[in-house]
Amino acid sequence: MAEFEHPGELLLAAEKAYREGYRRMDAYTPFPIEGLAEAIGFRHTRLPLIVLIGGLVGCVAGFLMQYYLSAVDYPLNIGGRPFNSWPAFIPITFEVTVLVAALSAVLGMLALNGLPRPYHPVFNDPRFAMASRNRFFLCIEASDPKFDREQTKRFMEGLTTHGVSEVDS
Amino acid sequence: MSSARTPTAARSAPPVLEPGYSYASVTDKISSIVLMRRPPRVWFVAFGLAFLLVMALLYAVAYAVSVGIGIWGVKIPVGWGFDIVNFVWWIGIGHAGTLISAILLLLHQEWRTSINRFAEAMTLFAVACAGMFPLLHLGRQWLFYWLLPYPNTMGVWPQFRSPLIWDVFAVSTYASVSLMFWFVGLIPDLATLRDRAGSRIAQTIYGILAMGWRGSAIHWHRYETAYLLLAGLATPLVVSVHTVVSFDFAVGIIPGWHTTIFPPYFVAGAIFSGFAMVMTLAIPIRAVYGLEDFITMRHLNNMAKVMLATGLIVGYGYLMEIFMAWYSGNAYEQFLLANRMGGPYGRYYWALIACNILIPQILWIPKARNSVPVLFVVSVVVNIGMWLERYIIVVVSLHRDFLPSSWDMYAGTVWDWTTFLGTIGLFLALLFLFIRFLPMISIFEMRSLVAKVGERAES
Repeated sequence: MAEFEHPGELLLAAEKAYREGYRRMDAYTPFPIEGLAEAIGFRHTRLPLIVLIGGLVGCVAGFLMQYYLSAVDYPLNIGGRPFNSWPAFIPITFEVTVLVAALSAVLGMLALNGLPRPYHPVFNDPRFAMASRNRFFLCIEASDPKFDREQTKRFMEGLTTHGVSEVDS
Repeated sequence: MSSARTPTAARSAPPVLEPGYSYASVTDKISSIVLMRRPPRVWFVAFGLAFLLVMALLYAVAYAVSVGIGIWGVKIPVGWGFDIVNFVWWIGIGHAGTLISAILLLLHQEWRTSINRFAEAMTLFAVACAGMFPLLHLGRQWLFYWLLPYPNTMGVWPQFRSPLIWDVFAVSTYASVSLMFWFVGLIPDLATLRDRAGSRIAQTIYGILAMGWRGSAIHWHRYETAYLLLAGLATPLVVSVHTVVSFDFAVGIIPGWHTTIFPPYFVAGAIFSGFAMVMTLAIPIRAVYGLEDFITMRHLNNMAKVMLATGLIVGYGYLMEIFMAWYSGNAYEQFLLANRMGGPYGRYYWALIACNILIPQILWIPKARNSVPVLFVVSVVVNIGMWLERYIIVVVSLHRDFLPSSWDMYAGTVWDWTTFLGTIGLFLALLFLFIRFLPMISIFEMRSLVAKVGERAES
């Protein structure tokens, strides 16, 4: 795991490592950096699709609930309006849509990220506490097909002047 | 603010962040308020006072639950009194938080960064206060779950064509989404606190809340997507919530309520009062905690402009009510207007016009917008004005309706006032606890801001 002081350095290093052929790596930063996820080979996330599905499910469920309860299960004549008075059902349909979509955004993000996760090997590195303050890290994992203890270490030392450390898993 | 680097831009407007901060120093400064320092003495005094009000609230609520809401001033024809006034007032205050965090995020307004966390917390606590009132007003509060559609032995369901049921869904969705938005925004900062906390207990608690966040680039990518989507969802939501609140009135046939201008006029009023509340709270807090570098004059200035603009929309709403009363030729509408302006509650109406329309016009003057005392006074005045507005809408419309034989006067009792002041205490107490235990400014967004402004000499 290599340490950097500036986001620009990390970004360059990540691109270089990707060109070198490393695939199983991750970068750790104290704030989001544009283009970094792409630089380490992350293409796109399914999250927007999950949220869209959540929204549609909420929309349909919200409307059907009101339709079933007010027109089928317990029809009530309110001021002579039709039992399926759909315009009056729109506000609640909208609210349920937003609620389910927001829940799927939050839970989907956490699930795709594998959180909550109380233990992760990177926390073993005492320097890593700085990743939530002002330091930037690039970590090439041992499971990478191109990983070689000596060679990878030498490669990473060529990327940074702030030190490379080994993380036990 | 990328243009802040050019000297011309820097001269024309104060920066969103005073120069000279690095990633480390913003982190240390904001997290130290939570972690290192004993809270200043002011904190203890203020929290103590707020806590006393919370005790008064508990007393008033316990009394209302045990003997019934007859202890309040509500009686027919004024069946909605302080409880609904306060409900609408509080929920309106909450709206500025969502506006700052969601709408300004979508509009790429960088100045939102140092006030959004704090404004979101304000939203949550305001919604908590707001939610109490309709529940208390139920009379038999322990049956509140009858509002929800659940299968029951009575075999009946809520009446989904009623705006009051829409309100149940709107407010509960709003509270849930606000909570999620706030918590998602907190996760990376909780990780910072976990890594920087000195005591074992604090490390454990922040660690559990941070859920193992480690700032992975891929996580950040999904995180930003989720945050943006939440902002996109919260934006129409906030508009819908106050629209539904206004439907509670507009769908009724009472003169003064039955108008189509209500939804936009309520939403503008909500933002108006919410920004006033952010300002009322931010000004003393930035002074006490020395955060003038983060919450700069630029923020106060921009908030003053938003207040001015939304205040004018509210003013347009008042004018339209007058115009429609005249143009409709409806005798009841015209009587309502005459009664509002010259009736027994006329003083309240003119006080409202002074607070919401006349006094805020001082914000046209750049000098006034740059004076902290002026801004503080104006924001407090607007808070009072917006409360009066809801009082006029709720009480004055009800107290003299179609039949003179049913006219009556309304006044809040000591229990109405205790409950109202008690919720202010609850709101402040929650806010003080938040300031004490959680970072009131989003640390990671401030780091991003530092990166954008161009990092200066790392200390």
